[in-house]
Amino acid sequence: MPVLHIINKSPFEKNSLDTCLRLAKTGSAILFIEDAIYATQKNTAVAAKVDAAVGKYSVYALKPDLDARGLDKNEIIDGISLVDYEGFVQLATEYSGVQSWL
Amino acid sequence: MSATKKLLYVNRKAPHGSIYALESLEVVLIGAAFEQDVSLAFIDDGVYQLMLNQDTSGIGVKNFSSTYKALGDYDINQIYVEKESLELRGLSKENLLPLTWEDEDDDWAEKDSIQVVSSKELTDIIEKQDVIFSF
Amino acid sequence: MKFGILVNEGPYTHQASDTAYHFTAAALKMGHEIVRVFFYHDGVNNGTRLGVPPQDDRNITTRWCALGEEYKLDMVLCVAAAQRRGLLDENEAKRAAKDTDNMAPGFNISGLGQLIDAGIQADRLMVFGD
Repeated sequence: MPVLHIINKSPFEKNSLDTCLRLAKTGSAILFIEDAIYATQKNTAVAAKVDAAVGKYSVYALKPDLDARGLDKNEIIDGISLVDYEGFVQLATEYSGVQSWL
Repeated sequence: MSATKKLLYVNRKAPHGSIYALESLEVVLIGAAFEQDVSLAFIDDGVYQLMLNQDTSGIGVKNFSSTYKALGDYDINQIYVEKESLELRGLSKENLLPLTWEDEDDDWAEKDSIQVVSSKELTDIIEKQDVIFSF
Repeated sequence: MKFGILVNEGPYTHQASDTAYHFTAAALKMGHEIVRVFFYHDGVNNGTRLGVPPQDDRNITTRWCALGEEYKLDMVLCVAAAQRRGLLDENEAKRAAKDTDNMAPGFNISGLGQLIDAGIQADRLMVFGD
């Protein structure tokens, strides 16, 4: 029963991304919100890690948080889908549970 | 009567530097009255919450570490500590509070509440939960 | 679907309350049910009546109040967390012999049992924090 894993902190500030990747079962989903949105960008020190994650998980990012931070949607790692708040709600209904990695 | 749910409380923060450890324990204790299938997971710096020999007198904050020992009395005995988190911090189960519970189905034998689990085992535990509380 | 919402942080310092608000508003617009919005840790500070944020920025408290009013939401401040942080309704202020209360309308103060209850009653518990 796949879970929706939500990460909200920057991978350069906290280890939430690493912990999530260690404990999320293959086939579950990851949603980047708030400051975690920085993990979506190509050419960062975590890009390879996130790129590998795209192969194992369905990966999403909250577009309003991307726009707020001046990030270019063309610079996000391939395979990451952007959602709005309604999309966020929809994801929460589609997965069997939700885990917030604060 | 509705079916019991599997509740997981996830602790990833160290004690005393912030209030999350104390206030999450308060949720666990109140939640015990609801007689659900409760598990606690200690991951990352959360493992520090269970350290032995905490003495907070010098910093003047409440020492609530002994409260974890009461969990067994509240039928909370599925306490998972992630092995990788311990190892990264140079710790082992011997550094942790010896939390126990009494199994009434086994002549009240005293048993360990803490299970040190691998990341893979914890992944499977997380997948099985109905409700996950994070603090 | 039924959602429980847990807000662990206060207004402005973290984005948690904002994200929780936008999620809750979207869920309601989509026809979902919100069992309860439970404010814990510094999240109780979202319930202050005395906030005076700058005019050119969102007013997080009144925004929650308006949503609560529109959809008749059960918005609960945890009593223990609220007492610790000085968020009191009229009854709590009287009981503690304080010279005033400071809770905004539309919130109510209750115990941690309400959080567990929300977790059990809802199909999904959404946690917003630091």
